[in-house]
Amino acid sequence: MNKENKKTNSQLASVWRSLRRNRMAMLGLVILVLLALMAIFADFIAPYAYDAQDLLNARQAPSAEHIFGTDEFGRDIFSRIIYGSRLSLVVGFISVGIALVLGGFLGAVAGFYGGRLDDIIMRCMDILLAIPQVLLAIAIIASLGNGLVNLMVAVGIATIPSYARIVRASVMTIRGEEYIEAARASGTNDAKIIIKHILPNCLAPVIVQVTLGIANAILSCAALSFIGLGITPPSPEWGAMLSGARNYVLTYPYMSVFPGLAIIVTVLALNLLGDGLRDALDPKLKR
Amino acid sequence: MSERLIEVNHLKKYFKVNKGLLHAVDDLSFYIDRGETLGLVGESGCGKSTTGRTLIRLIEANEGEILFNGEDIRKLDKQKLKDFRQNMQMVFQDPYSSLNPRLNIFDLISEPLMNIPEYAHDKKKVYDRVTELMDTVGISRRLINSYPHELDGGRRQRVGIARALAVNPEFLVLDEPVSSLDVCIQAQVINLLKRLQQEFKLTYLFISHDLSVVKHISNRIAVMYLGKIVELSNRNDIFRDPLHPYTQALLSAIPIPKADSAERHRIILKGDVPSPVNPPAGCRFAGRCPYATEKCFQEEPALREVEPGRFVACHKVEK
Repeated sequence: MNKENKKTNSQLASVWRSLRRNRMAMLGLVILVLLALMAIFADFIAPYAYDAQDLLNARQAPSAEHIFGTDEFGRDIFSRIIYGSRLSLVVGFISVGIALVLGGFLGAVAGFYGGRLDDIIMRCMDILLAIPQVLLAIAIIASLGNGLVNLMVAVGIATIPSYARIVRASVMTIRGEEYIEAARASGTNDAKIIIKHILPNCLAPVIVQVTLGIANAILSCAALSFIGLGITPPSPEWGAMLSGARNYVLTYPYMSVFPGLAIIVTVLALNLLGDGLRDALDPKLKR
Repeated sequence: MSERLIEVNHLKKYFKVNKGLLHAVDDLSFYIDRGETLGLVGESGCGKSTTGRTLIRLIEANEGEILFNGEDIRKLDKQKLKDFRQNMQMVFQDPYSSLNPRLNIFDLISEPLMNIPEYAHDKKKVYDRVTELMDTVGISRRLINSYPHELDGGRRQRVGIARALAVNPEFLVLDEPVSSLDVCIQAQVINLLKRLQQEFKLTYLFISHDLSVVKHISNRIAVMYLGKIVELSNRNDIFRDPLHPYTQALLSAIPIPKADSAERHRIILKGDVPSPVNPPAGCRFAGRCPYATEKCFQEEPALREVEPGRFVACHKVEK
């Protein structure tokens, strides 16, 4: 019992060890932790309330009082970005989570069993794929009603096909490997084979897709917020801030630069961490 | 010694392909006695591996019976089959692709054990069994947390063998277990397999395309050509006096490490193996056989017992 525990602990520990050796991955992790802390303690960090208007000081350039400047209603952009991390991060992670779980499951089942089941699942995915993502999300929100949760569900469902396809493709290559046959000869059942043998081996492309997907989800939410679905003003959301600032790109560029930077930094951090995680999880890359 | 462990009757496996039916295994009948090794030889694509996989139901056969201790394993339902898997295991050809690269040696060897209730909840027992198996097949215990890519081919194949032995099977299908290893490692693994056979009273189906390897380990040898057994008899009989023209050609192709063997007559077969998709009527070897007559192209020869224990499927062999 003890030995077994030690073993699984040491496996986790060795993943952690090789992740720690990877400087860029650690940088990504640190940024993400900071972003999360920022979201949690927004009330204490933000110098202003996110909806405090000051029309006399609208559209100000960055200064000592407003380090990122103010928007068209005189609201402090720095504070709004800090509060915005709450919505953006939650929306990004949850909607990708929904898409990953459902899409991953469908893709794994389709790829593993093949045949008629595969055809049915993948043709349904094709139908989803044929409808433009934003349009699909609009339709889903229209039928479920407006709101943050429904927004995440809508964006999640709209992106299911891309996860299903990626997982299916890697499952199909791994399904043919001899060790899957060996597992079957050992009497291992299908669910166990998928979880223990197949999914860990198709992690690499999925991690890449997830890190990119979170950025896409944030932007999709912005697009939907822009047309009045999902997040409604004055709630701050990075994507929504970005699209609100687009009228002033030429005259007051800093209004779009800072929310844009926030998204870029988040995505970069996710990518760095994702790359590092992918390498750390691959025993072949360990020394 | 002559107790039958496995008896296969009229086993057939066809695969549907675009152009028709691929006759991978076409009406095979043979038996394997307890404790013996049956070598199954033939060239690539003749259905050896499919036969092995059908025997342990990794591939479902289309027709025929597979009797294991008198019980037809093709009739087992899912649950019974799961229990039954403890009786028959398989060692795979390529130790590089038959071990999951993300699992360490402990996880690899313990996998079959995890499907047995007796072990599944007793980690200590599993650990003890795995280390015992590692000792049995000769892998140092310190490698227990290593990953397959850190091991050489021979050690990997030992892991594969340990995994197959984990559940104490009676019968092992060895699907070209040494083909991807270099020659001196081949010898080690063959000797290991022989030792294990005596120690645990194992019965082997040894699949190979390498006759000199089969010669070392088999009691009896079955020669396959295009989904059929063309000759089946004692190892010594086959090597001393092959009856089927295909066997003769196959044996004459074994290189002999002697410079003065000039008198040796090599039979060079002409042409290619016909496609196993919708194969021709008559003897499947007829198109390449130097002795083929009109009859061979029309009538398919059955596998007959020409002498006690010697089976051959050829019209030309009379007795």
